[in-house]
Amino acid sequence: MKITLTLNGRSREVDLPPLVRLLDALRGPLGLPGTKEGCGEGECGSCTVLLDGEPVNACLVSIGQCEGRAVTTVEGLSDATHLGPLARCFVDHGGAQCGICTPGMLISAEALLARRPDPSDEEIREAIAGNLCRCTGYQRIVDSIREAARERAGGAA
Amino acid sequence: MTTAAQNASSARPPFIGTNVPRTDGASKVTGRAAYVDDLPHEPGELFGATVRSPVPRARLRGITLDPAFDWSDVTVVRASDLAVNEVQCISAEQPILAADQIRHAYEPVVLLACADKRKLAQAVRAVKLDLEPLTPVLDPEQSFAKVDVIWGEDNVHKRFSITKGRADLPDPAGSAAAIEAAIASCEIVVRGRYTTHHQEQLYIEPQGVIARWDDKGVHVTGSLQCPYYVHKALVHGFDLAADRVHVTQAVTGGGFGGKEEYPSVIALHAALLAQKSGKPVRMIYDRKEDIEATTKRHPAICEITSGCDRDGTLRALSIRILMDGGAYMTLTPVVLSRGALHAAGVYRWDDVRIDAIAVATNTPPNGAFRGFGAPQTIWAIERHLDRVAEELGRDPMDLKAQNMLREGDTTATGQTLRGSVGVAECVDKALTASGYHDKRKAAPVVRGRVARGIGASVFMHGAGFTGSGEKHLKGRVAVDLLPGGRLRIRTASTDIGQGTETVFRQIAADAAGVRLEDVDFAVPSTSYVPDSGPTVASRTVMVVGGIVERAAREVAARVRAEQEASGGEFTAAADRLLTKEREVTALVQYEHPGWVTWDDSTYKGDAYPVYGYACDVAEVEVDLDTLEVTVTGFWSATDVGKAIHPVMCKGQIEGGSLQAIGWALWEDVVWKNGLIQNPRMTNYIIPTALDAPPMHVDLVEAPYAYGPGGGAKGVGELPMDGGAPAIAAAVEHATGIFARDLPLLPERLLELQTTRKGFGAKGAEGDPKPQALKG
Ligand code: FES
Ligand code: FES
Repeated sequence: MKITLTLNGRSREVDLPPLVRLLDALRGPLGLPGTKEGCGEGECGSCTVLLDGEPVNACLVSIGQCEGRAVTTVEGLSDATHLGPLARCFVDHGGAQCGICTPGMLISAEALLARRPDPSDEEIREAIAGNLCRCTGYQRIVDSIREAARERAGGAA
Repeated sequence: MTTAAQNASSARPPFIGTNVPRTDGASKVTGRAAYVDDLPHEPGELFGATVRSPVPRARLRGITLDPAFDWSDVTVVRASDLAVNEVQCISAEQPILAADQIRHAYEPVVLLACADKRKLAQAVRAVKLDLEPLTPVLDPEQSFAKVDVIWGEDNVHKRFSITKGRADLPDPAGSAAAIEAAIASCEIVVRGRYTTHHQEQLYIEPQGVIARWDDKGVHVTGSLQCPYYVHKALVHGFDLAADRVHVTQAVTGGGFGGKEEYPSVIALHAALLAQKSGKPVRMIYDRKEDIEATTKRHPAICEITSGCDRDGTLRALSIRILMDGGAYMTLTPVVLSRGALHAAGVYRWDDVRIDAIAVATNTPPNGAFRGFGAPQTIWAIERHLDRVAEELGRDPMDLKAQNMLREGDTTATGQTLRGSVGVAECVDKALTASGYHDKRKAAPVVRGRVARGIGASVFMHGAGFTGSGEKHLKGRVAVDLLPGGRLRIRTASTDIGQGTETVFRQIAADAAGVRLEDVDFAVPSTSYVPDSGPTVASRTVMVVGGIVERAAREVAARVRAEQEASGGEFTAAADRLLTKEREVTALVQYEHPGWVTWDDSTYKGDAYPVYGYACDVAEVEVDLDTLEVTVTGFWSATDVGKAIHPVMCKGQIEGGSLQAIGWALWEDVVWKNGLIQNPRMTNYIIPTALDAPPMHVDLVEAPYAYGPGGGAKGVGELPMDGGAPAIAAAVEHATGIFARDLPLLPERLLELQTTRKGFGAKGAEGDPKPQALKG
């Protein structure tokens, strides 16, 4: 079945059985391996992507459900030449260690900052509660997101 | 250092001690970093799968491939196909595939490969194992009692003892009697039994490798910590020359020890399938298989009897450690060794006897996990000292501070500490930052049905391999000069998230007096990096980093000599040198400090060249109805010698601390008849961002004279050691419940509370119990 979706701002078409997981479609035919699989059952959040702006687990969404909708993956958050502010804050403030949770973490953080530009630490922790990280202890991920919010608000100086 | 070098390095501030952006950061935040399953599929590639035993112990009578199934495009490998059926680790007793005996649930029996993933899953179900189940031995005490022999002659993977003072007698019975007498002569004697459970590493990226064969031999790329361990296992398993085995690390999504020895197994499996099929084979575990089949932290039982003076001076200590090694020995002797070497804690004792035993059970082999045996024994000794403090009516940290090792004191193995002992400063900083003393003095705060308490632990962790390990290992690093005055580090030490490649660049750049961006880090592949030893044992920065420093200094010195001889910029001199010599490389080998002496047969001497120290403080809230524990704040002050990269260093401490908190409170592998009942992320619970407390980490720097960058010591494992006992002490402060067994699940705490088994239930002076729990 032909499915058309907007992927990271560009229109893309794939021909796949509609029940194929969005995760497999992204990592395979759509050529975007940045979205990771940690559990395959909606627990770890490493496969988090935005579907029409809402964070979802790509391991639980079928490609058929994406017809006519907009999907954003980690590859869509930075462009080829420079990092988005959120991504850069993760590098600068120790938000990524092994990095396997990072794509999903960035997507959840992006969704949070889109709806709450100035979140509290508690709100940050809630927003990433579905993204498991085994390396960092989360403190520096929270710091990175808080810092990115500050920079986006123009308080970086 | 030459004048020119001084000029060059003073031309810019040092990178060591600064938080440069991690060099693999950009690729990780853009999704470009290629983990093993992100590598492009090669033409003709097959997926690999493993058929495993559904029972913990059985005779394997036969294997049947369902004749109704189409096997034409499925590659099948069984034990009978193998020329060598041994996984080379410390010994080679673990089979690659079970041949006639099943010794643990999930033991691999048949390997399958197929291009079609769905068909592969059906093929797994079409293999029938003819099994005659036998009664498994699942309990380590029963194994030690030899109710049935399942391993070797007596089920014992390893047994040894550490003795000091009056217990230091060669005959075990005499030594045991002597320590008993020494303890009996003390004014205060306390006994206790403390247990710890399995823990799954739960790196977020499951285990995986890709294997292929060509005219150069076998190539394996995977998620792994120790390329040369896998190399050794493949050389042994396929009886190949060393230069026909090529092992490369892909970007690795966490390891924590779980990717230390296990990747040898999955690499052998994939390579066997690739050899038989003649095609590349990709083998990636799903989460359930990963939790079930791969290694976990060794459960341990520690029985402690100690004697001290009424004034709190610790005198004599007797410990019996029993660890559960699982079905095969693998790394168990080394885990037991590290556990025993940390069992006396960070304290002075006159007389010590530690009897350390590891036995086999019919469960999957337990293996390396951050801390490597030490968290188990540190849990026991810290809880035990809390208990002694209670007996004396003292604050536990007060008693501990009185007995902590200082420079010049000797450890249980008779090692005299020669400096870099920052423990007192750690205690001071952590207790002050957390407000420990004030909070402790005040009665536990009870608001409604929630009680708040605070507790602490203090501990040390040996950095580097035990005893003469580093001497035998002779880790090596190469630094090459590249055109334009650039350097390239070649080492088998892997970055599994902890920041190795960034830290090594900082060390090399400062040693050579060049810019950070002028230092490259070669992808660790056994084809072109020398064996630096494994990425384990908190040795990477301290030991291997030291070799990087020397190698970089050596290369730079050659360039500067050229510069002094013929002038010009560093870069120009480098290019001239390269033209002249074609290759400019320093291959440097580790040199153990000359004063380190260790006797493996008696367990005496300098167990580790130096130790890291820390004090952890946890503040908790306990729901008095459900006895659920929430950690509301966590403080750690850690002596790292010298922090090369403070942000990453603190990140290690925070991450390790949260693993310790998870182990203490939630993480529990639930077993039933030798099978795991919760092999999924939905029911094996690791902490989320909401479960994790805010962390406050202070770095203490008591430099190690032989450490790189001005004194760095290992920090990787230390933060796993102290979280659990700090939390248990805080729970005790809040509720009066004294827990001796991990994890601190609500139902366990409830049982302790209702049966009054918790020692603390009777209360102690200066440690009032909340009103709500009285009567
Ligand atoms: S892979 Fe989708 S939530 Fe874990
Ligand atoms: S950085 Fe490794 S899992 Fe989050």
